[in-house]
Amino acid sequence: MNILSLFVLIPLLMMAGLFFAGNLKQIRCVVTIGASLLLALAIGLVIAYLEERSAGETAEMLFTADTVWYAPLHIHYSVGVDGISVSMLLLSAVIVFTGILASWKMELLPKEYFMWFCLLSVGVFGFFISVDLFTMFLFYEVALIPMYLLIGVWGSGKKEYSAMKLTLMLMGGSALLLLGILGIYFFSAAAGAPSMNLLEISRTHLPVESQRWIFPLIFTGFGILGALFPFHTWSPDGHASAPTAVSMLHAGVLMKLGGYGCFRVAIYLMPEAAQELSWIFIILTGISVVYGAYSAIVQTDLKYINAYSSVSHCGLVLFAILMLNRTALNGAVLQMLSHGLMTALFFALIGMIYGRTHTRDIREMGGLMKVIPFLGVCYVIAGLASLGLPGLSGFVAEMTVFVGAFQHTDTFHRVFTIVACTSIVATAVYILRTVGKLLYGPVLREEQSHLADAVWYERLTAILLIAAIAGIGLAPLWLSDMIRESLLPIIEHFQ
Amino acid sequence: MELTPIILLLPLLSFLLTGLAGTKLKPAAAGGIGTLSLALSALLAYLTAGRYFSTPRVEGVYEKIVPFNFEWLRFTENLHIDLGVLLDPISVMMLVVITTVSLMVHIYSLGYMKGEKGFQRYYAFLSLFTFSMLGLVVATNIFQMYIFWELVGVSSYLLIGFYYTKPEAVAAAKKAFIVTRFADLGFLTGILLLSYHTHTFDFGILTSGDSGVFAGAAGTTFLGCSVISWALSLIFVGGAGKSALFPLHIWLPDAMEGPTPVSALIHAATMVVAGVFLVARLFPVYHAEAPEVLTGIAVVGAVTSLYAAIVACVQTDIKRVLAFSTISQIGFMMVGLGVSGMGGHDGLGYMASLFHLFTHAMFKALLFLGAGAIIHAVHSNEMARMGGLYKYMPVTHLTFLVACLAISGIPPFSGFFSKDEILAATFQFNPVLGTILSFTAALTAFYMFRLYYRIFWNRPAHYDHAPHEAPGSMSFPLIFLAAITLVAGFIPFGQFVSSDGVAYTIHLDWKIAGGSVAIAGAAIGLATLLYRKENPTAGKLAAAFPLLYRAACKRFYIDEIYLFVTKKLIFNGISRPVAWFDRHIIDGALNGAASLTEKLSLAIRGLQSGHVQQYALLTLGGTLLIVLGILLV
Repeated sequence: MNILSLFVLIPLLMMAGLFFAGNLKQIRCVVTIGASLLLALAIGLVIAYLEERSAGETAEMLFTADTVWYAPLHIHYSVGVDGISVSMLLLSAVIVFTGILASWKMELLPKEYFMWFCLLSVGVFGFFISVDLFTMFLFYEVALIPMYLLIGVWGSGKKEYSAMKLTLMLMGGSALLLLGILGIYFFSAAAGAPSMNLLEISRTHLPVESQRWIFPLIFTGFGILGALFPFHTWSPDGHASAPTAVSMLHAGVLMKLGGYGCFRVAIYLMPEAAQELSWIFIILTGISVVYGAYSAIVQTDLKYINAYSSVSHCGLVLFAILMLNRTALNGAVLQMLSHGLMTALFFALIGMIYGRTHTRDIREMGGLMKVIPFLGVCYVIAGLASLGLPGLSGFVAEMTVFVGAFQHTDTFHRVFTIVACTSIVATAVYILRTVGKLLYGPVLREEQSHLADAVWYERLTAILLIAAIAGIGLAPLWLSDMIRESLLPIIEHFQ
Repeated sequence: MELTPIILLLPLLSFLLTGLAGTKLKPAAAGGIGTLSLALSALLAYLTAGRYFSTPRVEGVYEKIVPFNFEWLRFTENLHIDLGVLLDPISVMMLVVITTVSLMVHIYSLGYMKGEKGFQRYYAFLSLFTFSMLGLVVATNIFQMYIFWELVGVSSYLLIGFYYTKPEAVAAAKKAFIVTRFADLGFLTGILLLSYHTHTFDFGILTSGDSGVFAGAAGTTFLGCSVISWALSLIFVGGAGKSALFPLHIWLPDAMEGPTPVSALIHAATMVVAGVFLVARLFPVYHAEAPEVLTGIAVVGAVTSLYAAIVACVQTDIKRVLAFSTISQIGFMMVGLGVSGMGGHDGLGYMASLFHLFTHAMFKALLFLGAGAIIHAVHSNEMARMGGLYKYMPVTHLTFLVACLAISGIPPFSGFFSKDEILAATFQFNPVLGTILSFTAALTAFYMFRLYYRIFWNRPAHYDHAPHEAPGSMSFPLIFLAAITLVAGFIPFGQFVSSDGVAYTIHLDWKIAGGSVAIAGAAIGLATLLYRKENPTAGKLAAAFPLLYRAACKRFYIDEIYLFVTKKLIFNGISRPVAWFDRHIIDGALNGAASLTEKLSLAIRGLQSGHVQQYALLTLGGTLLIVLGILLV
């Protein structure tokens, strides 16, 4: 059994276990054990990966396995990881684990809820381990569908509308992707070596004319999930309606599928088109970064603030990818990790605060720091990470992106980098505005003056995520080196 | 020397300990840990300074030592952030200044903050600030400096907002952070530009004097200035933000909402001079690559110091008077750097500026701590609630007087020596600039003694309880700092710190010194006349120039301009329309597409009715149409 396949198998087994679970206690037991196993597995994988690399293993992908699935179309179940996918797997495991803790008190149909949640995890983990385009696409779809039900059934507010909007928009992206993937397959066949395998296609050179129309399809398709302007509007509504853990997983991991796909498929397989056409997307992502930040300044719903902030931060991921150099790409991956952790922490805390005050409107809350100091301090830390305080992950990621992007020799790229840099001021504005209204000042409402502070599973969620954020922020070198190493094959296409 | 990293580690440990333990720790324990670790740090800093300056010079210059450095994050082959410790005369001097003032503030706070809620949190933040500030001054590269730059910014934010239930404190903290963040954007962009052309962050390489480093930027100009000038100007913007130079000064007066010892440490002695330190650190680069930027710095400094001195004359909140006086004095330091050349007598400005930084840190901390003792005694910041305090608080009174004399430039107090050197250097550079500074110095003496008389003499306010002298933990730092202020002027500062590192012997220029002492004396005399006793002339004077008086009271409306830009332009003019655009245009287009699809499908729904007859009819009709079509064509 390949170690990577376990990432798919464990959530499947969890679903089976849930099927037989009788009461809430057993359900919790199954999901906790499963999520802990996944987390342990992910940590083990990072260690094993680093050991292999330090032992001098130079293959592009490690822990590979390959089984023919459907021979006529060259579809394989093919898995393998490099430093980038390893780090994304670790991120996903952390967020699945904390997401389950955050849904500890799920009372409505807990069995069904966790089953869909596990299916979502199957999709996410499967996506990151795949090196076969078709398998990748399959897992991608597996991750999207449960979202519809999780928001539609367990959500709040205008949940049906949001669930439908989110699913339709992302499905629209999938349609573009499928077209692009088929295009890649048929042109690789025309080039003499029909294949769905990423590594093989990257060695056969796709004709530049075909790249020119496939690249926009794939980049937009994945970009929709990565909140590419102007296809980002599913994000504020979707996040606002989704239950806490789903928001965490969605913004924390699912949106990263977009960024990951953009460079694993779009940039990696179509380097010429990427170089030619990147300017269009640089403009769009540049807009995302600044526009998201300015939109966040006037929002009053905590989830909307965070959703627009995600548009800005994820915009920076795509922006960095388009700079097509090693440092910026490294920054993009770091930003994915950092944003994933930060935003999961934010959504978790928003859920916890909402559970106490029953409102997410910052005009209706105030002075909560005095009432719920633990949650208050965590919120401030999340905010500081988001505005790029050194010592927390946001700083490392953003600075790598900015310095990397600024190394581009074209003035156009450097001017846009400075435009993107200006977002650090707007970010400070909306974060401090929110923190000021929500936590500081006198307690606004009488009924908010006696709220209970965090309980153990809430504390554990917050502490785990903060530890990860501070871990990356304090000692980034090993992670950044691991990613940097793995970027070499991708970057070679541009030299 | 090998012990220098420990100077930084001690406050960091103290922060982690008191920060993580929180209220589980007794207040006294938290205060004890903080103070003790700082005392050790200060001791080590003195040892380091002693060892460093007693090491023989090499070719007349103290060597730069890097006892500790490691790679923290790598961007490219050449660009990597290291964290390390760089010892050279200015960083060693700063180590001494920071640990001394910080230690005094730690001791003082034991008394001042006694019984406050959040005492542990207060000490945790103080430790965090001290750690960050130390990290800033020993930075081996510009990015390390930026890291700690941001950290001092956030510590300042946390400490200004210490009384977080008070809306004014929260607003002031936010304002301070955002204004300095805006300036930091300049700093960051400057770093990006500079590193893009020089391929390094390292101070050692940047300031080595090897012009080859900047060869990559040769010929690249923008709007008539070289790209290096642009980069250095942008970096200076960062420094101007932290150092509260006009027009980025607006956050500092509001920052007085924080506890008074914090104002003494952060907003008077250490953090606000970070901009001066930044320019001093990069001085060789400014001097060699962008002398025109240095001139700009001198002008900005002079405008700032004059502006702040005028405003300080009419403020009635004692902490705000001190805040504006800080802004004004930092302006002096910036002018010193701006007018300086390199080496020997030309480099007088550089030496004087850092000397002033040193003496100012001591006497300004003393003034703030004194103000704290007064506020502690009368429970108000307003001058109107004070008066006649000399007989209640003799120690505070005397030490405050020492500081007032020092800042006014009266010999033999320390401020006289350092300020006089700045004046000399400025006159040597440009008489107009020198005259402006001399006038500002006169204003300084005037408003400081206005402050002094209105607190300690004048008409005593009605006190509910008789004001009492500060306890020992608070009066000891006052006495200690006053002692330093008395003797610091006699330190042969030029022997340690100078523009090119070569020892420089200070000669007092009595022509200028005599003049400035006379002017200061006259200003003090005027203040004595107006404020020693209650005197209606002061009010009449204000009424004689109503426009100027009102404008100065309103700080020349700079805050209102900012409010207009942020509230009206950015919030209502950009953010609201952007958010509206997003909800109504972008999302509207999407919803429009969805409802269009819905309408279309409703329109063609009739075709799929489920009635077999209808299908048969349609099939038949369709077939007939096709057949007809084929036949006819």
